[in-house]
Amino acid sequence: MSELNSALEHPTYNYKVVRQFAVMTVVWGIVGMLVGVLIAAQLAWPALNFDLPWFHFGRLRPLHTNAVIFAFGGSALFATSYYVVQRTCQVRLISDKLAALTFWGWQLVIVSAAITLPLGLTTSKEYAELEWPIDILITVVWVLYAIVFFGTIARRKANHIYVANWFYGSFIIAVAVLHIINSLEMPIAMNAFKSYSIYAGTVDAMVQWWYGHNAVGFFLTAGFLGMMYYFVPKQAGRPVYSYRLSIVHFWALVAVYIWAGPHHLHYTALPDWAQSLGMVMSLILLAPSWGGMINGMMTLSGAWHKLRSDPILRFLVVSLSFYGMSTFEGPMMSIKTVNSLSHYTDWTIGHVHSGALGWVAMISIGAIYHLIPILFGKERMYSTNLINTHFWMSTIGTVLYITSMWVNGILQGLMWRAYNQDGTLTYSFVESVTASYPGYVVRVIGGAIFFSGMLIMAYNVYMTSRKDIAPQAAPAVASAA
Amino acid sequence: MDINDLRGISTAFLMITFIGMCFWAYNSKRKKAFDEAANLPFADEELNQATMQEEVKNG
Repeated sequence: MSELNSALEHPTYNYKVVRQFAVMTVVWGIVGMLVGVLIAAQLAWPALNFDLPWFHFGRLRPLHTNAVIFAFGGSALFATSYYVVQRTCQVRLISDKLAALTFWGWQLVIVSAAITLPLGLTTSKEYAELEWPIDILITVVWVLYAIVFFGTIARRKANHIYVANWFYGSFIIAVAVLHIINSLEMPIAMNAFKSYSIYAGTVDAMVQWWYGHNAVGFFLTAGFLGMMYYFVPKQAGRPVYSYRLSIVHFWALVAVYIWAGPHHLHYTALPDWAQSLGMVMSLILLAPSWGGMINGMMTLSGAWHKLRSDPILRFLVVSLSFYGMSTFEGPMMSIKTVNSLSHYTDWTIGHVHSGALGWVAMISIGAIYHLIPILFGKERMYSTNLINTHFWMSTIGTVLYITSMWVNGILQGLMWRAYNQDGTLTYSFVESVTASYPGYVVRVIGGAIFFSGMLIMAYNVYMTSRKDIAPQAAPAVASAA
Repeated sequence: MDINDLRGISTAFLMITFIGMCFWAYNSKRKKAFDEAANLPFADEELNQATMQEEVKNG
Protein backbone atom coordinates (compact mmCIF):
# COMPACT_ATOMS: atom_id res chain seq x y z
CA MET A 1 0.00 0.00 0.00
CA SER A 2 2.79 2.45 0.86
CA GLU A 3 4.12 2.14 -2.66
CA LEU A 4 0.69 2.95 -4.04
CA ASN A 5 0.37 5.98 -1.78
CA SER A 6 3.69 7.41 -2.79
CA ALA A 7 2.74 6.88 -6.43
CA LEU A 8 -0.43 8.87 -5.85
CA GLU A 9 1.42 11.65 -4.08
CA HIS A 10 4.22 11.86 -6.62
CA PRO A 11 2.87 10.62 -9.92
CA THR A 12 5.52 9.72 -12.48
CA TYR A 13 5.59 8.18 -15.94
CA ASN A 14 6.77 4.69 -16.87
CA TYR A 15 9.93 5.46 -18.85
CA LYS A 16 11.45 2.00 -18.35
CA VAL A 17 9.40 0.28 -21.06
CA VAL A 18 9.90 3.26 -23.39
CA ARG A 19 13.67 3.03 -22.84
CA GLN A 20 13.70 -0.72 -23.53
CA PHE A 21 11.79 -0.33 -26.78
CA ALA A 22 13.84 2.72 -27.82
CA VAL A 23 17.14 0.86 -27.40
CA MET A 24 15.78 -2.19 -29.23
CA THR A 25 14.69 0.08 -32.09
CA VAL A 26 18.35 0.87 -32.70
CA VAL A 27 19.44 -2.76 -32.27
CA TRP A 28 16.79 -4.20 -34.63
CA GLY A 29 17.35 -1.35 -37.07
CA ILE A 30 20.99 -2.42 -37.37
CA VAL A 31 20.11 -6.12 -37.71
CA GLY A 32 17.31 -5.59 -40.24
CA MET A 33 19.28 -3.15 -42.40
CA LEU A 34 22.37 -5.38 -42.34
CA VAL A 35 20.28 -8.22 -43.78
CA GLY A 36 18.94 -5.72 -46.32
CA VAL A 37 22.43 -4.76 -47.46
CA LEU A 38 23.34 -8.46 -47.62
CA ILE A 39 20.42 -9.43 -49.87
CA ALA A 40 20.99 -6.35 -52.04
CA ALA A 41 24.56 -7.63 -52.50
CA GLN A 42 23.22 -11.12 -53.32
CA LEU A 43 21.14 -9.61 -56.14
CA ALA A 44 24.22 -7.88 -57.55
CA TRP A 45 26.57 -10.83 -56.96
CA PRO A 46 24.51 -14.07 -56.70
CA ALA A 47 27.59 -16.06 -55.61
CA LEU A 48 27.00 -14.54 -52.17
CA ASN A 49 24.18 -17.08 -51.70
CA PHE A 50 27.04 -19.53 -50.99
CA ASP A 51 24.67 -22.35 -52.04
CA LEU A 52 23.42 -22.51 -48.44
CA PRO A 53 19.62 -22.98 -48.25
CA TRP A 54 19.21 -20.87 -45.10
CA PHE A 55 21.44 -18.13 -46.52
CA HIS A 56 19.53 -17.92 -49.79
CA PHE A 57 17.87 -14.67 -50.96
CA GLY A 58 14.44 -16.33 -50.89
CA ARG A 59 14.69 -17.03 -47.16
CA LEU A 60 16.58 -13.91 -46.12
CA ARG A 61 14.30 -11.45 -47.94
CA PRO A 62 11.31 -12.09 -45.61
CA LEU A 63 13.75 -11.95 -42.69
CA HIS A 64 14.78 -8.46 -43.86
CA THR A 65 11.21 -7.20 -44.34
CA ASN A 66 9.99 -8.63 -41.03
CA ALA A 67 13.01 -7.26 -39.17
CA VAL A 68 12.76 -3.71 -40.50
CA ILE A 69 8.95 -3.43 -40.44
CA PHE A 70 7.97 -5.31 -37.29
CA ALA A 71 11.18 -5.36 -35.23
CA PHE A 72 12.65 -1.91 -36.04
CA GLY A 73 9.42 -0.09 -36.96
CA GLY A 74 7.38 -1.98 -34.39
CA SER A 75 9.76 -1.21 -31.53
CA ALA A 76 9.80 2.46 -32.56
CA LEU A 77 5.99 2.51 -32.53
CA PHE A 78 5.77 0.79 -29.14
CA ALA A 79 8.37 3.14 -27.64
CA THR A 80 6.87 6.37 -28.96
CA SER A 81 3.20 5.40 -28.44
CA TYR A 82 3.83 4.48 -24.79
CA TYR A 83 5.74 7.74 -24.34
CA VAL A 84 3.26 9.98 -26.16
CA VAL A 85 0.14 8.48 -24.59
CA GLN A 86 1.55 9.06 -21.09
CA ARG A 87 2.74 12.59 -21.73
CA THR A 88 -0.35 13.85 -23.54
CA CYS A 89 -2.79 12.11 -21.16
CA GLN A 90 -0.67 13.25 -18.19
CA VAL A 91 -0.98 9.87 -16.52
CA ARG A 92 1.21 6.77 -16.04
CA LEU A 93 0.54 3.62 -18.13
CA ILE A 94 -2.26 1.64 -16.46
CA SER A 95 -0.04 -1.35 -15.78
CA ASP A 96 3.76 -1.64 -15.65
CA LYS A 97 3.47 -5.44 -15.67
CA LEU A 98 1.33 -5.60 -18.82
CA ALA A 99 3.61 -3.09 -20.52
CA ALA A 100 6.62 -5.26 -19.65
CA LEU A 101 4.77 -8.29 -21.03
CA THR A 102 4.26 -6.52 -24.36
CA PHE A 103 8.00 -5.75 -24.48
CA TRP A 104 9.16 -9.30 -23.82
CA GLY A 105 6.34 -10.80 -25.89
CA TRP A 106 7.26 -8.66 -28.90
CA GLN A 107 10.95 -9.57 -28.57
CA LEU A 108 9.94 -13.24 -28.48
CA VAL A 109 7.97 -12.76 -31.73
CA ILE A 110 11.03 -11.20 -33.36
CA VAL A 111 13.40 -13.94 -32.21
CA SER A 112 10.96 -16.63 -33.40
CA ALA A 113 10.84 -14.93 -36.80
CA ALA A 114 14.62 -14.77 -36.97
CA ILE A 115 14.83 -18.53 -36.33
CA THR A 116 11.92 -19.85 -38.44
CA LEU A 117 12.32 -17.75 -41.60
CA PRO A 118 15.89 -18.88 -42.45
CA LEU A 119 14.70 -22.46 -41.77
CA GLY A 120 12.19 -21.98 -44.57
CA LEU A 121 9.12 -22.16 -42.32
CA THR A 122 6.74 -19.73 -43.99
CA THR A 123 3.08 -19.25 -44.94
CA SER A 124 4.40 -17.55 -48.13
CA LYS A 125 2.04 -14.60 -47.61
CA GLU A 126 4.05 -11.42 -48.11
CA TYR A 127 4.61 -9.46 -44.85
CA ALA A 128 2.59 -12.22 -43.08
CA GLU A 129 5.09 -15.07 -43.53
CA LEU A 130 5.18 -16.17 -39.89
CA GLU A 131 3.55 -19.53 -39.17
CA TRP A 132 0.50 -20.10 -37.01
CA PRO A 133 2.03 -20.47 -33.51
CA ILE A 134 3.79 -17.12 -33.95
CA ASP A 135 0.57 -15.61 -35.36
CA ILE A 136 -1.20 -16.56 -32.14
CA LEU A 137 1.60 -15.06 -30.05
CA ILE A 138 1.36 -11.82 -32.07
CA THR A 139 -2.39 -11.69 -31.43
CA VAL A 140 -1.92 -12.09 -27.67
CA VAL A 141 0.78 -9.40 -27.47
CA TRP A 142 -1.31 -7.07 -29.61
CA VAL A 143 -4.39 -7.42 -27.39
CA LEU A 144 -2.26 -6.63 -24.33
CA TYR A 145 -0.86 -3.60 -26.20
CA ALA A 146 -4.42 -2.39 -26.91
CA ILE A 147 -5.39 -2.84 -23.24
CA VAL A 148 -2.39 -0.83 -22.02
CA PHE A 149 -2.83 1.93 -24.63
CA PHE A 150 -6.60 2.43 -24.47
CA GLY A 151 -6.68 1.80 -20.72
CA THR A 152 -4.23 4.66 -20.28
CA ILE A 153 -6.36 6.93 -22.47
CA ALA A 154 -9.43 6.01 -20.41
CA ARG A 155 -7.66 7.16 -17.24
CA ARG A 156 -6.28 10.39 -18.70
CA LYS A 157 -6.00 13.60 -16.66
CA ALA A 158 -6.15 15.87 -19.71
CA ASN A 159 -9.56 16.76 -21.14
CA HIS A 160 -8.75 16.08 -24.76
CA ILE A 161 -7.37 13.02 -26.52
CA TYR A 162 -4.43 14.53 -28.40
CA VAL A 163 -4.44 13.87 -32.16
CA ALA A 164 -1.29 11.71 -32.02
CA ASN A 165 -3.23 9.23 -29.88
CA TRP A 166 -5.98 9.04 -32.49
CA PHE A 167 -3.42 7.95 -35.06
CA TYR A 168 -1.74 5.45 -32.70
CA GLY A 169 -5.18 4.13 -31.68
CA SER A 170 -6.33 3.59 -35.28
CA PHE A 171 -3.01 1.84 -36.00
CA ILE A 172 -3.51 -0.56 -33.07
CA ILE A 173 -7.14 -1.39 -33.96
CA ALA A 174 -6.61 -1.72 -37.71
CA VAL A 175 -3.50 -3.91 -37.36
CA ALA A 176 -5.43 -6.25 -35.01
CA VAL A 177 -8.24 -6.63 -37.56
CA LEU A 178 -5.84 -7.05 -40.51
CA HIS A 179 -3.62 -9.57 -38.75
CA ILE A 180 -6.45 -11.78 -37.53
CA ILE A 181 -8.42 -11.86 -40.79
CA ASN A 182 -5.42 -12.39 -43.09
CA SER A 183 -3.87 -15.03 -40.81
CA LEU A 184 -6.93 -17.32 -40.64
CA GLU A 185 -5.27 -20.64 -41.44
CA MET A 186 -5.54 -24.34 -40.74
CA PRO A 187 -2.50 -26.11 -39.22
CA ILE A 188 -1.86 -29.47 -40.90
CA ALA A 189 -1.31 -30.92 -37.39
CA MET A 190 -1.04 -29.50 -33.90
CA ASN A 191 2.63 -30.46 -33.71
CA ALA A 192 3.53 -29.18 -37.20
CA PHE A 193 4.89 -25.76 -38.05
CA LYS A 194 2.85 -25.68 -41.24
CA SER A 195 -0.60 -24.33 -42.07
CA TYR A 196 -2.76 -23.51 -45.06
CA SER A 197 -4.74 -20.29 -45.48
CA ILE A 198 -8.53 -20.66 -45.38
CA TYR A 199 -8.71 -18.48 -48.49
CA ALA A 200 -8.03 -19.70 -52.03
CA GLY A 201 -7.48 -18.26 -55.50
CA THR A 202 -8.48 -14.66 -56.24
CA VAL A 203 -10.11 -14.23 -52.83
CA ASP A 204 -6.80 -15.18 -51.23
CA ALA A 205 -5.01 -12.60 -53.37
CA MET A 206 -7.53 -9.88 -52.49
CA VAL A 207 -7.47 -10.62 -48.74
CA GLN A 208 -3.67 -10.72 -48.85
CA TRP A 209 -3.38 -7.29 -50.52
CA TRP A 210 -6.16 -5.79 -48.45
CA TYR A 211 -3.88 -6.81 -45.57
CA GLY A 212 -0.66 -5.87 -47.38
CA HIS A 213 -1.65 -2.37 -48.36
CA ASN A 214 -3.21 -1.59 -45.01
CA ALA A 215 -0.05 -2.79 -43.30
CA VAL A 216 1.42 0.14 -45.26
CA GLY A 217 -1.54 2.37 -44.43
CA PHE A 218 -1.89 1.69 -40.74
CA PHE A 219 1.38 0.15 -39.52
CA LEU A 220 3.74 2.26 -41.66
CA THR A 221 1.62 5.41 -42.07
CA ALA A 222 -0.98 6.03 -39.34
CA GLY A 223 1.36 4.88 -36.57
CA PHE A 224 4.22 7.06 -37.81
CA LEU A 225 1.87 10.03 -38.33
CA GLY A 226 1.09 9.66 -34.62
CA MET A 227 4.84 9.97 -34.04
CA MET A 228 4.95 13.01 -36.34
CA TYR A 229 2.11 14.79 -34.51
CA TYR A 230 3.97 14.68 -31.21
CA PHE A 231 7.66 14.92 -32.07
CA VAL A 232 7.55 17.58 -34.82
CA PRO A 233 5.67 20.13 -32.65
CA LYS A 234 7.77 19.20 -29.60
CA GLN A 235 11.12 19.48 -31.37
CA ALA A 236 10.08 22.68 -33.18
CA GLY A 237 8.76 24.13 -29.89
CA ARG A 238 5.40 25.17 -31.32
CA PRO A 239 1.95 23.55 -31.55
CA VAL A 240 0.85 21.83 -34.73
CA TYR A 241 -0.05 24.18 -37.63
CA SER A 242 -3.75 23.27 -37.83
CA TYR A 243 -5.50 21.04 -35.34
CA ARG A 244 -8.65 21.22 -37.49
CA LEU A 245 -6.81 19.93 -40.54
CA SER A 246 -5.46 17.06 -38.44
CA ILE A 247 -9.04 15.94 -37.64
CA VAL A 248 -10.27 16.15 -41.23
CA HIS A 249 -7.24 14.38 -42.69
CA PHE A 250 -7.31 11.69 -39.98
CA TRP A 251 -10.86 10.57 -40.80
CA ALA A 252 -10.31 10.90 -44.55
CA LEU A 253 -7.10 8.84 -44.33
CA VAL A 254 -8.56 5.95 -42.33
CA ALA A 255 -11.73 5.89 -44.43
CA VAL A 256 -9.93 5.78 -47.80
CA TYR A 257 -6.80 3.68 -47.11
CA ILE A 258 -8.82 0.53 -46.48
CA TRP A 259 -9.97 0.49 -50.17
CA ALA A 260 -6.63 0.89 -51.93
CA GLY A 261 -5.41 -2.74 -51.80
CA PRO A 262 -6.57 -3.86 -55.28
CA HIS A 263 -3.91 -1.68 -56.97
CA HIS A 264 -1.47 -4.50 -56.10
CA LEU A 265 -3.49 -6.77 -58.40
CA HIS A 266 -3.81 -4.76 -61.63
CA TYR A 267 -4.15 -6.94 -64.75
CA THR A 268 -4.65 -10.12 -62.71
CA ALA A 269 -7.69 -12.42 -62.30
CA LEU A 270 -9.21 -9.85 -59.92
CA PRO A 271 -12.42 -8.46 -61.53
CA ASP A 272 -11.84 -5.27 -63.52
CA TRP A 273 -14.27 -3.20 -61.46
CA ALA A 274 -12.33 -4.04 -58.27
CA GLN A 275 -9.07 -3.00 -59.94
CA SER A 276 -10.58 0.31 -61.04
CA LEU A 277 -12.06 0.90 -57.58
CA GLY A 278 -8.64 0.34 -56.03
CA MET A 279 -7.06 2.74 -58.50
CA VAL A 280 -9.60 5.53 -57.89
CA MET A 281 -9.38 5.16 -54.11
CA SER A 282 -5.57 5.27 -54.35
CA LEU A 283 -5.77 8.52 -56.32
CA ILE A 284 -8.13 10.08 -53.74
CA LEU A 285 -5.66 9.04 -51.04
CA LEU A 286 -3.26 11.74 -52.22
CA ALA A 287 -5.41 14.41 -50.51
CA PRO A 288 -5.44 13.07 -46.92
CA SER A 289 -1.79 12.01 -47.22
CA TRP A 290 -0.69 15.48 -48.21
CA GLY A 291 -2.94 16.93 -45.52
CA GLY A 292 -0.66 15.29 -42.97
CA MET A 293 2.53 16.31 -44.76
CA ILE A 294 1.43 19.95 -45.10
CA ASN A 295 0.33 20.06 -41.46
CA GLY A 296 3.73 18.79 -40.33
CA MET A 297 5.73 21.09 -42.61
CA MET A 298 3.71 24.22 -41.81
CA THR A 299 4.27 23.62 -38.10
CA LEU A 300 7.74 24.94 -38.82
CA SER A 301 6.54 28.21 -40.36
CA GLY A 302 8.31 30.96 -38.46
CA ALA A 303 10.80 28.45 -37.08
CA TRP A 304 12.60 27.40 -40.25
CA HIS A 305 15.87 28.81 -38.88
CA LYS A 306 15.91 25.98 -36.33
CA LEU A 307 16.72 23.57 -39.16
CA ARG A 308 20.13 25.21 -39.48
CA SER A 309 21.24 24.17 -36.02
CA ASP A 310 19.09 21.17 -35.10
CA PRO A 311 19.83 17.93 -36.97
CA ILE A 312 17.02 16.10 -35.09
CA LEU A 313 14.47 18.53 -36.52
CA ARG A 314 16.15 18.04 -39.90
CA PHE A 315 15.54 14.27 -39.67
CA LEU A 316 11.86 14.90 -38.89
CA VAL A 317 11.28 17.47 -41.63
CA VAL A 318 13.16 15.61 -44.37
CA SER A 319 11.17 12.48 -43.47
CA LEU A 320 8.02 14.50 -44.17
CA SER A 321 9.38 15.49 -47.59
CA PHE A 322 9.99 11.83 -48.40
CA TYR A 323 6.48 11.06 -47.11
CA GLY A 324 5.02 13.69 -49.46
CA MET A 325 7.10 12.37 -52.34
CA SER A 326 6.22 8.70 -51.89
CA THR A 327 2.51 9.44 -51.32
CA PHE A 328 2.53 11.28 -54.65
CA GLU A 329 4.41 8.48 -56.37
CA GLY A 330 2.07 5.80 -54.96
CA PRO A 331 -1.20 7.13 -56.43
CA MET A 332 0.62 7.76 -59.72
CA MET A 333 1.84 4.14 -59.85
CA SER A 334 -1.67 2.89 -59.04
CA ILE A 335 -2.97 4.32 -62.33
CA LYS A 336 -3.41 1.24 -64.50
CA THR A 337 -1.50 2.56 -67.53
CA VAL A 338 1.47 3.59 -65.35
CA ASN A 339 1.22 0.31 -63.46
CA SER A 340 1.48 -1.69 -66.69
CA LEU A 341 5.00 -0.28 -66.98
CA SER A 342 6.02 -0.24 -63.32
CA HIS A 343 4.52 -3.47 -61.97
CA TYR A 344 6.94 -6.34 -61.18
CA THR A 345 9.92 -4.02 -61.79
CA ASP A 346 12.43 -2.49 -59.37
CA TRP A 347 10.44 0.77 -59.50
CA THR A 348 8.13 -0.80 -56.90
CA ILE A 349 11.12 -1.61 -54.67
CA GLY A 350 12.34 1.97 -55.06
CA HIS A 351 8.89 3.34 -54.15
CA VAL A 352 8.71 1.15 -51.06
CA HIS A 353 12.12 2.30 -49.88
CA SER A 354 11.44 5.98 -50.42
CA GLY A 355 8.67 5.38 -47.89
CA ALA A 356 10.57 2.92 -45.71
CA LEU A 357 13.98 4.63 -45.54
CA GLY A 358 12.96 8.22 -46.22
CA TRP A 359 9.75 8.41 -44.20
CA VAL A 360 9.47 5.56 -41.67
CA ALA A 361 13.13 5.15 -40.75
CA MET A 362 14.04 8.83 -40.74
CA ILE A 363 11.08 9.95 -38.60
CA SER A 364 11.80 7.07 -36.19
CA ILE A 365 15.47 7.99 -36.00
CA GLY A 366 14.54 11.64 -35.31
CA ALA A 367 12.06 10.62 -32.61
CA ILE A 368 14.58 8.25 -30.96
CA TYR A 369 17.26 10.99 -30.92
CA HIS A 370 14.68 13.21 -29.21
CA LEU A 371 13.83 10.48 -26.68
CA ILE A 372 17.18 8.94 -25.72
CA PRO A 373 18.54 11.89 -23.67
CA ILE A 374 15.22 12.23 -21.80
CA LEU A 375 15.09 8.50 -21.06
CA PHE A 376 18.67 8.47 -19.74
CA GLY A 377 18.30 11.71 -17.76
CA LYS A 378 20.67 13.74 -19.96
CA GLU A 379 20.29 17.22 -21.37
CA ARG A 380 21.01 16.19 -24.94
CA MET A 381 22.60 13.47 -27.05
CA TYR A 382 26.32 12.84 -26.45
CA SER A 383 27.26 14.34 -29.83
CA THR A 384 25.15 16.67 -31.96
CA ASN A 385 27.78 16.54 -34.72
CA LEU A 386 27.37 12.79 -35.04
CA ILE A 387 23.58 13.22 -35.40
CA ASN A 388 24.32 15.61 -38.24
CA THR A 389 26.68 13.10 -39.87
CA HIS A 390 24.00 10.42 -39.51
CA PHE A 391 21.44 12.73 -41.10
CA TRP A 392 23.52 13.25 -44.23
CA MET A 393 24.35 9.55 -44.52
CA SER A 394 20.65 8.65 -44.28
CA THR A 395 19.67 11.23 -46.87
CA ILE A 396 22.41 10.34 -49.36
CA GLY A 397 21.83 6.60 -48.84
CA THR A 398 18.09 6.95 -49.49
CA VAL A 399 18.57 9.10 -52.60
CA LEU A 400 21.10 6.63 -54.09
CA TYR A 401 18.75 3.73 -53.36
CA ILE A 402 15.61 5.21 -54.89
CA THR A 403 17.21 6.79 -57.96
CA SER A 404 18.98 3.53 -58.89
CA MET A 405 15.69 1.65 -58.57
CA TRP A 406 13.83 4.25 -60.68
CA VAL A 407 16.36 3.80 -63.45
CA ASN A 408 16.26 0.00 -63.14
CA GLY A 409 12.46 -0.11 -62.99
CA ILE A 410 11.82 2.00 -66.07
CA LEU A 411 14.58 0.15 -67.93
CA GLN A 412 13.09 -3.25 -67.07
CA GLY A 413 9.52 -2.14 -67.86
CA LEU A 414 10.55 -0.80 -71.28
CA MET A 415 12.67 -3.84 -72.14
CA TRP A 416 9.91 -6.31 -71.19
CA ARG A 417 7.29 -4.57 -73.34
CA ALA A 418 9.49 -4.05 -76.44
CA TYR A 419 8.28 -6.01 -79.50
CA ASN A 420 9.85 -6.65 -82.88
CA GLN A 421 7.87 -6.05 -86.07
CA ASP A 422 7.00 -9.74 -86.33
CA GLY A 423 5.54 -9.73 -82.81
CA THR A 424 8.39 -11.49 -81.02
CA LEU A 425 9.95 -10.03 -77.87
CA THR A 426 13.00 -7.82 -78.49
CA TYR A 427 14.76 -8.83 -75.27
CA SER A 428 14.98 -12.04 -73.32
CA PHE A 429 14.36 -11.74 -69.56
CA VAL A 430 17.99 -12.36 -68.70
CA GLU A 431 19.05 -9.40 -70.86
CA SER A 432 16.99 -7.14 -68.57
CA VAL A 433 18.74 -8.70 -65.56
CA THR A 434 22.16 -7.99 -67.06
CA ALA A 435 21.13 -4.42 -67.82
CA SER A 436 20.03 -3.99 -64.18
CA TYR A 437 23.48 -4.84 -62.77
CA PRO A 438 24.81 -1.26 -62.40
CA GLY A 439 21.63 -0.23 -60.57
CA TYR A 440 21.99 -3.15 -58.20
CA VAL A 441 25.54 -2.09 -57.34
CA VAL A 442 24.46 1.51 -56.69
CA ARG A 443 21.70 0.16 -54.43
CA VAL A 444 24.23 -1.83 -52.37
CA ILE A 445 26.30 1.35 -51.95
CA GLY A 446 23.26 3.45 -50.95
CA GLY A 447 22.03 0.81 -48.53
CA ALA A 448 25.48 0.39 -47.00
CA ILE A 449 25.72 4.15 -46.39
CA PHE A 450 22.29 4.18 -44.71
CA PHE A 451 23.27 1.15 -42.62
CA SER A 452 26.57 2.71 -41.52
CA GLY A 453 24.62 5.72 -40.26
CA MET A 454 22.80 3.38 -37.90
CA LEU A 455 26.15 2.25 -36.44
CA ILE A 456 27.02 5.87 -35.71
CA MET A 457 23.64 6.21 -34.02
CA ALA A 458 24.30 3.14 -31.87
CA TYR A 459 27.64 4.63 -30.71
CA ASN A 460 25.98 7.96 -29.94
CA VAL A 461 23.18 6.26 -28.00
CA TYR A 462 25.67 4.16 -26.03
CA MET A 463 27.76 7.21 -25.10
CA THR A 464 24.60 9.09 -24.06
CA SER A 465 23.53 6.19 -21.84
CA ARG A 466 26.81 6.10 -19.90
CA LYS A 467 26.59 7.69 -16.47
CA ASP A 468 30.26 8.62 -16.32
CA ILE A 469 30.25 10.66 -19.53
CA ALA A 470 28.66 14.08 -19.95
CA PRO A 471 27.36 15.19 -23.36
CA GLN A 472 29.86 17.13 -25.46
CA ALA A 473 29.41 20.88 -25.44
CA ALA A 474 26.74 21.79 -27.96
CA PRO A 475 27.90 23.86 -30.96
CA ALA A 476 27.29 27.57 -30.40
CA VAL A 477 24.41 27.80 -32.89
CA ALA A 478 22.68 24.77 -31.43
CA SER A 479 22.64 26.18 -27.91
CA ALA A 480 21.28 29.48 -29.24
CA ALA A 481 18.34 27.60 -30.75
CA MET B 1 -35.41 0.25 -55.47
CA ASP B 2 -32.42 -1.82 -56.54
CA ILE B 3 -28.78 -2.17 -55.59
CA ASN B 4 -27.81 0.88 -57.68
CA ASP B 5 -30.07 3.17 -55.65
CA LEU B 6 -28.33 1.89 -52.55
CA ARG B 7 -24.94 2.62 -54.11
CA GLY B 8 -26.02 6.17 -54.96
CA ILE B 9 -27.45 6.75 -51.49
CA SER B 10 -24.30 5.45 -49.77
CA THR B 11 -22.10 7.74 -51.89
CA ALA B 12 -24.30 10.74 -51.06
CA PHE B 13 -24.30 9.74 -47.39
CA LEU B 14 -20.48 9.58 -47.25
CA MET B 15 -20.18 12.92 -49.03
CA ILE B 16 -22.60 14.61 -46.61
CA THR B 17 -20.73 13.04 -43.67
CA PHE B 18 -17.43 14.39 -44.99
CA ILE B 19 -18.78 17.91 -45.58
CA GLY B 20 -20.47 17.82 -42.18
CA MET B 21 -17.20 16.83 -40.55
CA CYS B 22 -15.41 19.75 -42.24
CA PHE B 23 -18.03 22.20 -40.93
CA TRP B 24 -17.77 20.62 -37.47
CA ALA B 25 -13.99 20.89 -37.41
CA TYR B 26 -13.82 24.43 -38.81
CA ASN B 27 -16.65 25.84 -36.66
CA SER B 28 -15.21 28.80 -34.72
CA LYS B 29 -16.99 27.61 -31.56
CA ARG B 30 -14.41 24.83 -31.26
CA LYS B 31 -11.34 26.98 -31.77
CA LYS B 32 -10.63 27.37 -28.05
CA ALA B 33 -10.93 23.65 -27.31
CA PHE B 34 -8.71 22.76 -30.28
CA ASP B 35 -6.07 25.31 -29.24
CA GLU B 36 -6.08 23.70 -25.82
CA ALA B 37 -5.69 20.23 -27.32
CA ALA B 38 -2.93 21.39 -29.69
CA ASN B 39 -0.92 22.62 -26.69
CA LEU B 40 -1.05 19.28 -24.83
CA PRO B 41 2.54 18.33 -25.84
CA PHE B 42 3.74 21.35 -23.83
CA ALA B 43 1.48 20.96 -20.79
CA ASP B 44 3.20 18.29 -18.68
CA GLU B 45 6.80 19.39 -18.01
CA GLU B 46 6.42 18.95 -14.23
CA LEU B 47 5.51 15.28 -14.52
CA ASN B 48 8.38 14.72 -16.95
CA GLN B 49 10.85 16.40 -14.58
CA ALA B 50 9.55 14.35 -11.65
CA THR B 51 9.99 11.14 -13.65
CA MET B 52 13.51 12.04 -14.76
CA GLN B 53 14.54 12.82 -11.18
CA GLU B 54 13.09 9.55 -9.95
CA GLU B 55 14.90 7.64 -12.70
CA VAL B 56 18.25 9.23 -11.84
CA LYS B 57 17.67 8.55 -8.12
CA ASN B 58 16.85 4.88 -8.71
CA GLY B 59 19.77 4.52 -11.10
